[in-house]
Amino acid sequence: MSAAAPLLELDGVVKHFPVRDALGRRRGAVRAVDGVSLAVAEGSVLAIVGESGCGKSTLGRLALRLIEPDAGAVRFAGEDLGALSPRALRARRRDMQLIFQDPFASLDPHMTVEDAVAEPLRLHRIVPRARERERVAELLRRVGLRPEHARRWPHEFSGGQRQRIAIARALASGPRLVVGDEPVSALDVSVQAQVINLLQDLIRDLGLTFVLISHDLAVVRHIADRVAVMYLGRIVEEGPAEAVFAAPRHPYTRALLAAVPGQGRAGAPPIEGDVPSPIAPPPGCRFHTRCPFAETLCREAEPELAGGIVHRAACHLQDRLPPAAAPAEADPGGERLRRLQSFFRAGPPQQAPAAATAEAHQEPSGASA
Amino acid sequence: MSATAAAPAPAERGESPGRRALRRFLRHRIALFGFLVIVVFVTVALAAPWVAPYDPLATSWTAIRKAPSAAHWFGTDENGRDVLSRVVWGARASLMAGVVSVLFAAAIGVPIGLVAGFAGGVLDAVLSRIADAMLSVPFLILAIALAAFLGPALENAMLAIAITFSPVFVRLARGMALDAKATDWVEAARALGNPPWRIAALHVLPNIVPPLLVQSTLAIAEAIIAEAALSFLGLGQQPPAPSWGSMLNSAQRFLESAPWLAIFPGAAIFLVVLSFNLVGDGLRDAFDPRAERR
Repeated sequence: MSAAAPLLELDGVVKHFPVRDALGRRRGAVRAVDGVSLAVAEGSVLAIVGESGCGKSTLGRLALRLIEPDAGAVRFAGEDLGALSPRALRARRRDMQLIFQDPFASLDPHMTVEDAVAEPLRLHRIVPRARERERVAELLRRVGLRPEHARRWPHEFSGGQRQRIAIARALASGPRLVVGDEPVSALDVSVQAQVINLLQDLIRDLGLTFVLISHDLAVVRHIADRVAVMYLGRIVEEGPAEAVFAAPRHPYTRALLAAVPGQGRAGAPPIEGDVPSPIAPPPGCRFHTRCPFAETLCREAEPELAGGIVHRAACHLQDRLPPAAAPAEADPGGERLRRLQSFFRAGPPQQAPAAATAEAHQEPSGASA
Repeated sequence: MSATAAAPAPAERGESPGRRALRRFLRHRIALFGFLVIVVFVTVALAAPWVAPYDPLATSWTAIRKAPSAAHWFGTDENGRDVLSRVVWGARASLMAGVVSVLFAAAIGVPIGLVAGFAGGVLDAVLSRIADAMLSVPFLILAIALAAFLGPALENAMLAIAITFSPVFVRLARGMALDAKATDWVEAARALGNPPWRIAALHVLPNIVPPLLVQSTLAIAEAIIAEAALSFLGLGQQPPAPSWGSMLNSAQRFLESAPWLAIFPGAAIFLVVLSFNLVGDGLRDAFDPRAERR
């Protein structure tokens, strides 16, 4: 698994969104993604973390070529997505899917659950029309919904159930790569745990390659094999999840970890100030305006990702920083989530509510199949 | 909460957004009243040859400007024609002018608006500025100018109204196309591998029908007034054929001596326009996504 060839490869990807004034003249650009290179091995889970506005959602859409990069290349299974014709790209979408953040917005309100989940089956002619209903029922069962729900409309479901529908839709075409753009952050905490369980099961059972875009480090720690930390459109640290969490090399990563509630990393310098404007990012290291360790060099030269092949950080001082404050306890940040997860895993396997009104408390158990 | 014996639920049929809107509309009493009034008027207009007691064009020297009576419920006009029959036949002109001109306006405006919204850029700028320019001219002035240019006839009045109304639909459709372009479900449709035409037909169009329907209903009310105004000015329905607007025109000379000549066509316009507005409001409420669980 670890030695597998990368399924998804980003190479120096850049995306700038032009900013125009009232007369339509260009007044600079938001540098949403500013030269990102990443590789995701087949069957692995990469998490992209960062504050809101750092470009992580843009990066996710670039990886699927839902938006066009200004520079750089995206390769899927060795094939340059940028070189594909619109028609070939549409056919390729069978293998790469996206799960959206807001399940209230990502489902077409005028389509039944059945139509929504069957849409990829029809588009890519995956199963004959006659077997379609059967396949939809199978998919719904797989995500912990009852097949009887197929003839209902999205507005009749709770957030967690809708997200399950969206997951079923994303899995319908049998994709190899799934990008989850904050797939649980719009959900209630108790529902979050169930959906994370479901995603974990699916990743394991289907051997999915998964890119998880998230700002919730507790979630990331549970699912991810590797973590990439983003700041102002650039990757500042990238490495195996355990290494990044246990020994973060970049001051920004340290600050992020220290900011997890209940993490209790005494001595970690608090992060101050606001994120600088992505229209005019600071020269040198982009983090120097908020970095407690910043030196003259940091204000002048932009650091590259360095420090090894497995675990890299973009910091001039990464070898000279004081050792990262060790977490006070094991990981109290993830404790709450773990408790919730185990609660739902051990729960009665079939709750089967009699009246199927769309209420949150009727979320069926995720691991029922 | 969960029952002891879970019933073997058969495939449950959910409530579609359209059905839900219909249910809400049916519960909207005032809107329902408006709808019934429109149904009555439409029925009367369609059945005019059988409903009207007299020939609307038949003049009579013995019954000039007679007040309402058992023989002539709404009285007679200055040429001795039966006002009730003329109001009944006039409903045809007015309702047809309202519905046809709005359908025309939507047929012109919606495709242009969708193209502008989806294409964006220079095309959008040009189309939008043209629509804005048309909207900046007072509605009636533009309609009068167009109708005068086309020549006085009911068909030309309808065409003038349709052209004058179309920028409203351009704007509405453009805004909805822009909205739709930015929604997650349209991006999701793209991510699933939908070709552009399929996104437009299956994902965008069904979602913009409700606001279009509301706008059209309200526009019909305005178009009926516009037709009456043009006919009043002599640019719409030509005499002797009856229309509510032209009836008002000829009634103004006798407002004091024979007020029934103005009251009945005026009341008909009032009722129909009010009803269309009520129905439009009711539809808007029924389609309102924020009015969940009512």
